[in-house]
Amino acid sequence: MAFEIDAKDLHYRELNKLIRKAIAEGHKHLVLKNVNGQRYIAAGVSAEVDIDIYGVPGLDLGAFMRGPRIRVHGNTQDGAGNTMDDGKIIVEGMAGDVVGYAMRGGKIFVASDVGYRVGIHMKAYMDKVPVIVIGGKAGDFLGEYMAGGVIILLGMYSRYPERPIAGIFLGTGMHGGVIYVREGVPETQLGAALQIEDLDEEDEKVLRKHLEEYCQDLGYNLEEILATKFVKIRPQTHRPYGKLYAY
Amino acid sequence: MEIFIPNKEQSGCGLSGIINRKGELIKGEVIIESICCQMERGNGLGAGYAAYGIYPEFAEYYCLHVMADTKQALKDVEEILAHKCYLVHQERIPTRATPGIVSPPRFWRYFVKPRYEGELREICEGTVDEDDYMVELVMFINKNISGAYVISSGRNMGAFKGVGFPDQIANFFRLEEYSAYIWTAHNRFPTNTPGWWGGAHPFTILDWSIVHNGEISSYGTNRRYLEMFGYHCTLLTDTEVVAYLLDLLIRRHGLPLELACMALAPPFWQEIDRMEEPDKSVCTAIRVVYGAAMLNGPFAILFAYNGGLVGLNDRVKLRPLVAAKKGDFYYMASEEAAIRAICPDPEEVWCPKAGEPVIVELEPNTIPNQRSYLRGEALRISAPICRFPSAEEDEEEE
Repeated sequence: MAFEIDAKDLHYRELNKLIRKAIAEGHKHLVLKNVNGQRYIAAGVSAEVDIDIYGVPGLDLGAFMRGPRIRVHGNTQDGAGNTMDDGKIIVEGMAGDVVGYAMRGGKIFVASDVGYRVGIHMKAYMDKVPVIVIGGKAGDFLGEYMAGGVIILLGMYSRYPERPIAGIFLGTGMHGGVIYVREGVPETQLGAALQIEDLDEEDEKVLRKHLEEYCQDLGYNLEEILATKFVKIRPQTHRPYGKLYAY
Repeated sequence: MEIFIPNKEQSGCGLSGIINRKGELIKGEVIIESICCQMERGNGLGAGYAAYGIYPEFAEYYCLHVMADTKQALKDVEEILAHKCYLVHQERIPTRATPGIVSPPRFWRYFVKPRYEGELREICEGTVDEDDYMVELVMFINKNISGAYVISSGRNMGAFKGVGFPDQIANFFRLEEYSAYIWTAHNRFPTNTPGWWGGAHPFTILDWSIVHNGEISSYGTNRRYLEMFGYHCTLLTDTEVVAYLLDLLIRRHGLPLELACMALAPPFWQEIDRMEEPDKSVCTAIRVVYGAAMLNGPFAILFAYNGGLVGLNDRVKLRPLVAAKKGDFYYMASEEAAIRAICPDPEEVWCPKAGEPVIVELEPNTIPNQRSYLRGEALRISAPICRFPSAEEDEEEE
């Protein structure tokens, strides 16, 4: 049975104490009600637990966490999944800036739009491959300095019809990992030393696998999403600035 | 006034603003609750509020809020006002002893009119504009009276600010006793400049007020530029230049609000290269003419005037800003939670793009001395959706 915490008027320290206590007592499903702006929810938590959040969680939701599956029934603020190691964050609304900052594992699924610098400096190692899927549009600097992992950008479920699917400086300084964009993106939005390619079979498999899970979590139609072509953006070299100071 | 030099521990300031487009008054408690939801964004070295519509009984008079270290400084200010203004009313700004607020300066307010008509015309010879006269007067006091500063100088509005957390400053100034149709609030975390009473936000001139999260690395350039036009920075904080830039660009040079915002946060040259005419020429002209007014560095700002509230980000969005609306109420804040704290069910919530102003003006003829700086149709260069009244709305009204 779900363990409920009323977060109304709780400071983030108290709220996180209650969360950690409940997990220590063996609860596997927490429901947080009336959350509004409390920072660092489930930050650093290393456990298999489901957390449902009602309201708007504050900055750095799930930072450094390893394992929890968080579902936000609404929007989330900046820095969700900061340096997260494992687990999942599902956002049923939009997410703010720097989502998945330096993320090194786990998944972040956002139903709608995200802000600026999402997936900045994500990295992968061996079987730890972080994944961010964005149903709406992204601001500037998506995947900036990206070193590994996967970002999938759909641009379908956005509240900003007038904006381009991704802002400018996409993938600036990117030297690893891959960004898949549905319907493609104008080259003017891209940072330097990147290439736009068609997907190969391996890509198609990866894409379908992640999107299947994404659709299951958020109730979207997989075939509708896959009905349109995707492109793949990756760095031309893993050391784009290797020769910058060598002369 | 004691000056606290901050350590370099970094955080972000917090902002919040509300406007009711029909001019309905909003109680002080509302903005206090919103800014206090972002308590973590400040460190107790500064907080402040700007309120519009709080002095209806003196709506025709400029209200000078004066902060002074000593009785003598206050006397010096009064002496100047007696010579240079018609002073209709003066009083101590009501405050109350508040735990945590240490050695506050004295606060007085003076309701004045520029004294340049009739037989006293010679006192301010050459001045044709009341606003210009008041700007000069404020600059003169801030520059020449040691230990006294005019912290706001608009009609029917005022700034309340000091060293403390936002709940402490609100309690100190008894802000729950005021109601306003526009409120802005600030929770400060000073990083590069000192925490002191004069350095708290908002910064103001005339009815312009601005609260800011970020740092303006172009402060030196902006400050020297402003000095050429008679603005003197005396408050030791980068944000001060923004208040004067707004006055210069929008009121004195007559730029439409959107172009002034573009001057502060212009598109990159590479974006301008891709534009079509006439946008390309407009943006180029703004960048060339107002290069020294460009704000470099990260910022999210909220500024207000007698008639509107505007939110603006730097051009790469290095600081957060969220906007929302419900009915005639519009909200802007650093965090969505600060809006939800006072409006749990907004009709719309959105994150403005970098460099794209969110402009909300009152409906026409709502308040005395109302100002509108939209100046014509929406430009559609940088602000396709974030303008209220929108062009469509104008047509409907016609």
